[in-house]
Amino acid sequence: MTKPLLDVRNLHVNVGEKLILRGLNLTVNAGETHVIMGQNGSGKSTLAAAIMGSPMFDVSDGTVEFLGEDITRLSPDKRAKLGVFLSFQNPEEIPGVTVENFLRAAVGAVTGETPRLFKFQKELFAKMDELGLDRVYASRELNVGFSGGEKKKTEILQLLMLNPKLAILDEADSGLDVDAVRVVSDGINKYRNADNAMLIITHNQRLVDDIKVDYVHVLDDKHITLTGGAELISRIADGGFAAVHGDITE
Amino acid sequence: MSARELTEYEEYSREVYDRKGTDAPKFQVKSGLTPEIISTISDEKRDPDWMRAFRLQSLEIYERTALPTWGYPLDGLDMANIVTYVRPDARQSHDWDTVPDEIKNTFEALGIPEAERTGLAGVGAQYDSEVVYHSIKQEVADLGVVYTDMDSALRGEYAEMVREHFMKLLPATEHKFLALHGAVWSGGSFVYVPDGVAVDIPLQSYFRFNAAGAGQFEHTLIILGKNASLHFIEGCSAPKYNVANLHAGCVELYVGEGSRLRYSTIENWSRNMYNLNSKRATVERGGTIEWVSGSFGSHTSFLYPMSILRGDDARCEYTGITFAGAGQELDTGTQVAHIGRNTSSRISAKSISKNGGKSTFRGGITVSENAEGSRISVSCDSLMLDSESRSDTVPVIDVRCDDTDIGYEAKIGRISEQSIYYLMSRGLSENDAKGMIVGGFAEPISKELPLEYAVEMNRLISLEITGGVS
Ligand SMILES: Nc1ncnc2c1ncn2[C@@H]1O[C@H](COP(=O)(O)OP(=O)(O)OP(=O)(O)O)[C@@H](O)[C@H]1O
Ligand SMILES: [Mg+2]
Repeated sequence: MTKPLLDVRNLHVNVGEKLILRGLNLTVNAGETHVIMGQNGSGKSTLAAAIMGSPMFDVSDGTVEFLGEDITRLSPDKRAKLGVFLSFQNPEEIPGVTVENFLRAAVGAVTGETPRLFKFQKELFAKMDELGLDRVYASRELNVGFSGGEKKKTEILQLLMLNPKLAILDEADSGLDVDAVRVVSDGINKYRNADNAMLIITHNQRLVDDIKVDYVHVLDDKHITLTGGAELISRIADGGFAAVHGDITE
Repeated sequence: MSARELTEYEEYSREVYDRKGTDAPKFQVKSGLTPEIISTISDEKRDPDWMRAFRLQSLEIYERTALPTWGYPLDGLDMANIVTYVRPDARQSHDWDTVPDEIKNTFEALGIPEAERTGLAGVGAQYDSEVVYHSIKQEVADLGVVYTDMDSALRGEYAEMVREHFMKLLPATEHKFLALHGAVWSGGSFVYVPDGVAVDIPLQSYFRFNAAGAGQFEHTLIILGKNASLHFIEGCSAPKYNVANLHAGCVELYVGEGSRLRYSTIENWSRNMYNLNSKRATVERGGTIEWVSGSFGSHTSFLYPMSILRGDDARCEYTGITFAGAGQELDTGTQVAHIGRNTSSRISAKSISKNGGKSTFRGGITVSENAEGSRISVSCDSLMLDSESRSDTVPVIDVRCDDTDIGYEAKIGRISEQSIYYLMSRGLSENDAKGMIVGGFAEPISKELPLEYAVEMNRLISLEITGGVS
């Protein structure tokens, strides 16, 4: 059997003294789309950060494996090169660095070769057109003064340009208008194929309406308490987390 | 291709700057300062009588002037150990092919002849105390523009003009290192742009320091008539030695009515350099001075270009950046004197400090009683890359006129860990992520520089970030 893309075992994550995740397990195989749901503050972004390798969180126990390699102590850039990508809930503003220059450097870093300018621009503009992002944004400073929706679209633009093996989308839909959600879900569908996988963190049904979801996980009490199929999404949307509370599998 | 490739941190080391010329100087004075040494310099340079007297008088002023009592210490600088005049074994030439190989190779490595071919109206190249190359494009000379080394200027057609302006804006009595400059100055460039002449492409003088334990004291004098314009670029660098070197240049700029002068500098000194440089411009009615300044390297720097807005409607813009790394103490800033009415100044200063580097920005602004309608805007922005580094801003604002509009803004911040993480999550190494953030921080300055210099500045930034190891 082939190795899972992502294998999170017994993950414990701290911020300072505070334990945020305790004994979380999660396995994602190539070709799968997983959704993570959970109340505000339940630790969804923390899980994403631990998989990406944020220095702000401390993995006090457990492991994160990617394609069979233990990446628990790897720096974020090395993880990115292996094919991990995180669309940030709150993307950073980087003054003085244009979207284009940034993305060209990022593609260069991930692929090991800085793409030729002309070819790169062509691809960038094509992807921007698909996402309905005006091309002038290529020469805007990264996320500086972007609206919430523009930031999210720019994250998806990065996803499409970097074409990772695992895409973690942390509330990629928050702050998006109805049409923009459609654009983002279209973008996601273009990205997905049999060799890659997605971990979608969301509070909304809308984003996943048009996406084929294989598994839904509920994060509660510092770990995943329930795993089910796509039907969990509408049950939670209708009745809140209480509606699925009795199903807890542990 | 875009010149502002903030993203391309290609492999680059300090080697280009650290290249030590193996040529032996033709002549150098003994270290220290005595009337005999000063007279020897005058002999060597075949000074006119007034200059001989001027040097000796400056030495007297030097001897009775105390060191500055403020700013970073200068304990590591002992004038008894400094050789103030080093003549390279080369005659001044107008043709790179006749410049001795060893010296020419240094300038080639720095890209000077290349820049001259591709986008400069003229080039001056100084090696230690003397100018080894000076030339101006014929078309530009035909407009009546004069661009020569200072020695030629002292004796040539414009001798009287030089004498009238030399160290009048920055007199030897101003501070100890200007007195020193008056005594031992050598080299530098003279520019005169006649009324109504616009020089469309820049002139550049490059000052290369090669000798260990020496001082460089070039003098730059630029005079613009009325309604003239010029962009002048000054570049400086030196290899690293274990003994202190001293740079005490002097730049005097006269901007005539309705004229516009942009003075761009990229200084990139090695870490044994005491850079105690003085620069000043006076601007007549409706004229503009624009300073663009990137200060890298040196052990200690004191540098505050000053703009005297003498005429009504005169303007100045100062855009500067400094980068202080381990062991460096950079005290920089700018001064503006608003004298004419409706004068305006816009100051934008950025500083970066890293590995315990210290950086101080001084903004000294005076508005005289009659300078009604003056507008001043100052913004200082400091970025510290770690918790050991220091950054201070010291505004000194003296306003004697009610009808003045002042905006002052200062920000001091640490580089954001979250931003570094964000960029690293896209595959950039920690150094590249920091380099990109710092490059972005510096972008408002680099975009003011001509193409190649913006690229050079970004290289210098990435060199500073990686500590010169690629
Ligand atoms: N840097 C930090 N310092 C202190 N506490 C933190 C830090 N980061 C996260 N936390 C805490 O960890 C818990 C989990 O936060 P996290 O951001 O992972 O939640 P979330 O599930 O993503 O919530 P939301 O749905 O609101 O985005 C919260 O209680 C939060 O306050
Ligand atoms: Mg979150």
